[in-house]
Amino acid sequence: MRTIFNKALLEIAEKDPRIHMVLADIGYGEIEGFAKAFPERYYNCGVMEQHMTGVACGIAMEGNVAVTYSIANFPTLRCLEQIRNDVCYHNANVKIVNIGGGVSYGPLGVSHHSTEDIAILRALPNMVVVVPCDNFEAEAATHAIFEDYEGPVFYRCGYKNEKDIHHVDNYKQLNFQLGKAITVEEGDDCTIIFCGPIGFEAQKAVLAAREKGINCRLISMHTIKPIDREAIVKAAKETGKIITVEEHNLSGGLGSAVAEVLADEGCLNVKMKRMALPDVNVHEVGSQQWLREYYHLTAPFIEEEICNICK
Amino acid sequence: MYEQYKDLAKRIRRNCLHMVYVGQSGHIGSMLSAADIMAVLYGGGFVKIDPKNPKDPNRDRFILSKGHAGAVVYATLCELGFFPKDWMDTYYCDNGKLMGHISHYVPGVEYSTGSLGHGLNVCVGMALAAKEAGKQHRVYCMMSDGDCNEGSTWEAIMFAGQHHLENLVAIVDYNRIQALGFSKDICDLGDFANKVAMFGWATKTVDGHDFMDLENTFKALPLEPGKPTFIVCNTIKGKGVSFLENTVASHYWHLTAEQKTEACKELGVEEL
Repeated sequence: MRTIFNKALLEIAEKDPRIHMVLADIGYGEIEGFAKAFPERYYNCGVMEQHMTGVACGIAMEGNVAVTYSIANFPTLRCLEQIRNDVCYHNANVKIVNIGGGVSYGPLGVSHHSTEDIAILRALPNMVVVVPCDNFEAEAATHAIFEDYEGPVFYRCGYKNEKDIHHVDNYKQLNFQLGKAITVEEGDDCTIIFCGPIGFEAQKAVLAAREKGINCRLISMHTIKPIDREAIVKAAKETGKIITVEEHNLSGGLGSAVAEVLADEGCLNVKMKRMALPDVNVHEVGSQQWLREYYHLTAPFIEEEICNICK
Repeated sequence: MYEQYKDLAKRIRRNCLHMVYVGQSGHIGSMLSAADIMAVLYGGGFVKIDPKNPKDPNRDRFILSKGHAGAVVYATLCELGFFPKDWMDTYYCDNGKLMGHISHYVPGVEYSTGSLGHGLNVCVGMALAAKEAGKQHRVYCMMSDGDCNEGSTWEAIMFAGQHHLENLVAIVDYNRIQALGFSKDICDLGDFANKVAMFGWATKTVDGHDFMDLENTFKALPLEPGKPTFIVCNTIKGKGVSFLENTVASHYWHLTAEQKTEACKELGVEEL
């Protein structure tokens, strides 16, 4: 997914001379295309995430668009106050890109897991939070954050080898709009709302449940903020049961955001299950897929929850 | 000589005393130490910005990184006609026009700060963008001792030298007192200017209360071609009001009406 992001960014930057890339010494093998094409719009600050974010804000405030880009928590939590006080308070046109959302960097350990970022970033005024699930959505979302929106965005990117989820041939067929969820599979017995590449596990579960006669709706909530309230309420009214799936701490992420909408909209008779990482530091050693399984976030566990909620 | 600076500085100090009295708020010491620098920067036209067109793209950028002293900027800007003077009566008050820490919602204020260690990084971004676009304006950042404790400030110092940002001017209101005591006892910056020079800046140490020294320094900008400028202004916290001068308490002092009157009397300026 990171390759798709960088490819799309390069294409967009060719047409938009305002776009600058500001790095903190991360991006090997991916950012060279931009650096070579636009050396005058490319800055590697060195290992300085706070400075990266402050500089990006300053560049953006002069009428430009600045991209900060790093992995794990480095471009978000390491420099959170710069994001809050500089970028968000001044509504600066800075796009914050995190490569390796969730436990993509599994065996690298806790320091390289980004498992609280959705909760924290969505709490910031003016911030848009986008979590694409596959390469189609990643490409579409990249165009959307630069071409359709002027202001701060947190783009939580995957890493590599993500599997396709959407039934399309190219990103344009998605008709992607920020804040507008995409229904991937139709169904009226229950709804799964997911964000990010973990959606592939949810999709497998939905297809397996379908074999058992349960028709589960599958929704990609690629924009966590502003969230698509209409799609959530519709799913609540039409299916009465909602499961959320995310590769993020149980606190404050997608599941919380969906529950907030249900509570605000008076949809309190909905059966709901939030599937997420528990509120722990993920210190077990293993690949992303192993950790997903360890924490019961793979297709068989999701299928089990579909069956439970539909009992 | 320099009467216009002297007069403006007096009014800036008077305005600051008025605001912190109205708001019953702190940080007066940090405002008074910076008043003479502000008088020369703005009164001398070194920060080029037009009250009638404060968003002119060709204006100089000035960011106060020591945002707790925001009233010293408000005090200066209202004297220059950026907004009505009666706004000062609402400083720090409910539904007021002027926030305790500096706010970009005030006409003429470039940027909001308040947490230390933010201003210089943003100034570097602005200076990079201006340089790239071939623009001639300067980017000024005023910092404090405490600001220069922050790691992010040193990130900016490392970077700006590397990128030869001749259009960037950092000014430190070096009053040697921070929130809990004297800087030398907390994190001694020692020979500050030389430390920064080693990162590729042109540096100068001046008397931050000497109008001639300040004016001559600002006239000579950039101090060296191809380098950002770092000016260490030796100042006195609470300068001009003897019971506040060089005290840690001046960071937290809430003035009484009598103290405000006494301070204005000492400054030789009519009280607001």
